[in-house]
Amino acid sequence: MIRSKSVLFLMILLSTVVSYVFTGHPEPSWPIAQIDDYVLNIIVLAGINITLAVSLNLVNGHTGQFSLGHAGFMAVGAYASAWLTQVRGKEFLAALHFCDAAAPVVAFLLATIFGGFVAAIAGFAVGLPSLRLKGDYLAIVTLGFGEIIRVVIQNTDSLGGARGLTGVPIRTTLGWTFAIAACAIYVAASLVKSTYGRGFLAVRDDEIAAEAMGINATKYKVTAFVVGAFFAGLAGALYAHFIGYITPEGFNFLKSVDVVVMVILGGMGSTAGVSVAAVGLTVLNELLRQAEQYRMIAFALLLIVLMILRPQGLIGDPVRWFKARRANR
Amino acid sequence: MNELLQQILNGLSLGAIYALIALGYTMVYGVLRFINFAHGDVFMVGAFSGLYLFRWLKPFFDGGRWLLAALVLLGAMLISATLGVLVEWLAYRPLREKPRLTVLITAIGVSLLLEYSAQLLFGAAPRGFPSLVEGGAIGGIGGLHASNVQVLVFLVSGALLFALRFIVMRTRIGLAMRALSLNPTAAALMGVNISVVISFTFGLGSALAAAGAIFYASLYQAIDPFMGVLPGLKAFVAAVLGGIGSLPGAALGGVILGVVETLVVGYSKELGIPPGYRDAVAFVILILILLFKPSGLLGKNHREKV
Repeated sequence: MIRSKSVLFLMILLSTVVSYVFTGHPEPSWPIAQIDDYVLNIIVLAGINITLAVSLNLVNGHTGQFSLGHAGFMAVGAYASAWLTQVRGKEFLAALHFCDAAAPVVAFLLATIFGGFVAAIAGFAVGLPSLRLKGDYLAIVTLGFGEIIRVVIQNTDSLGGARGLTGVPIRTTLGWTFAIAACAIYVAASLVKSTYGRGFLAVRDDEIAAEAMGINATKYKVTAFVVGAFFAGLAGALYAHFIGYITPEGFNFLKSVDVVVMVILGGMGSTAGVSVAAVGLTVLNELLRQAEQYRMIAFALLLIVLMILRPQGLIGDPVRWFKARRANR
Repeated sequence: MNELLQQILNGLSLGAIYALIALGYTMVYGVLRFINFAHGDVFMVGAFSGLYLFRWLKPFFDGGRWLLAALVLLGAMLISATLGVLVEWLAYRPLREKPRLTVLITAIGVSLLLEYSAQLLFGAAPRGFPSLVEGGAIGGIGGLHASNVQVLVFLVSGALLFALRFIVMRTRIGLAMRALSLNPTAAALMGVNISVVISFTFGLGSALAAAGAIFYASLYQAIDPFMGVLPGLKAFVAAVLGGIGSLPGAALGGVILGVVETLVVGYSKELGIPPGYRDAVAFVILILILLFKPSGLLGKNHREKV
């Protein structure tokens, strides 16, 4: 419990300080505040990726199921929220007129939460039938569901179809991104550390034994899936209101793989590890933008070599690692 | 009625291709109990090797178009088989005793590696694929049409399926493959060299995928580095539909999937499903089959024991 709380505390501290310095301050006076938009964008993307990786880790790491459809839930969240703020934007803002000047921000927050809930519902609908399957089958079925979500959006004209949805208002700030990332980390960490949450680990370690001990494995799996989908939806909403332009192609299978790579690299089941990996990979992606065609080859090789040499992930558990170092001294 | 038959006829050649790819999934699953995610990309490599073989060999064959086509087909099968064996040897063999999830992740890695290496080598833009045999329509019975490519695809696929059946049922290595899929430990104790059999299985499956790739490319006449992703996934669905691990099941599943997909597109207006949903058909079938009959049409039920 102490660990997750300290992580949360750090995250919230970081988010408030950073968001104040970057966005809240009308006239940046601090030298750091003169960081350009490019760096700021990378930091926001890192925050979104932390949310994605931590939520997928709940399913793939803690509960031991292998989902390959995370981008699908992200798409649901992105499109659901953008539907409120862009497609029905005027009506929605008019309904919020009592908020005066804060109406756009309130609309954004409500839309984000709406996106999260729609994604959670989608997660429930997908999880309930498919979580009866295991391992590779589950991976393919979640992949299939992700593709179905994408194909459905592609063929829905009111959501822009294959051309995508443009003109989504840009409202995502650093503060909100990291607030939601902090929530994701807190929920994931405290869920797993709680008495209730031990069930996730039990299901991962041995489903049959867990069932024999009276744990309702299906319930746990669906819970993990729904919570994971909820945060993926939030991340999708943040992304939509950050880029301002979403296409179904942007949430394809490769996007899911991106998140899976973060989780594997960070070490499945380690919230702190995947957060670090999410930040690291976001930065690495930007650094390798010049060498785009080599980037995925490098990731693929990394995955293969990692699985042979170090299946527990590159980072594993940084917090435990620090503790072990201190203990050795 | 005629239109329905025509659509089914079109579906059959597509289905034969799915069947060829699905056999690779099913055979590998039979001996190793895991889904070779990279199979669709071996298929892609088969298509590209076909393209380059055609270019290199073309100057030497002026008149013998059929001989050239056969050589391209066999060469592509050989190259893909080598690749399949190599992938197994380098990436999967070190993980033979590891959890299945580890192997699955490796397979995703191999798949990405093949796709992006191909993109680096051949470029991302789609490339035209030459017609290996002269095209032409065969006016059939009762006003049904089929191009001779379609007919050829169907006939050669059928021949390959029978060849595969012969290998699996009538040869010593086929016997070893069947023994391995029944019980690996017992097979090893009976003197079956497991590693050789697994390599052979990968080679055989990859060769069939390459044949499927040549046919697929001949039908659609365009290839690109990511062409293997969707046919690969659909063929996997076909394998599950027929019952994974069962060879006749994979063939049946492939044909059913090809026909259903063609019908959904052909009758999109009547069914009220836009043709854009074409790619979702396979996944809907997959989800339905896994929910209601997870062992597939021809598969055996496996009971899990503690």
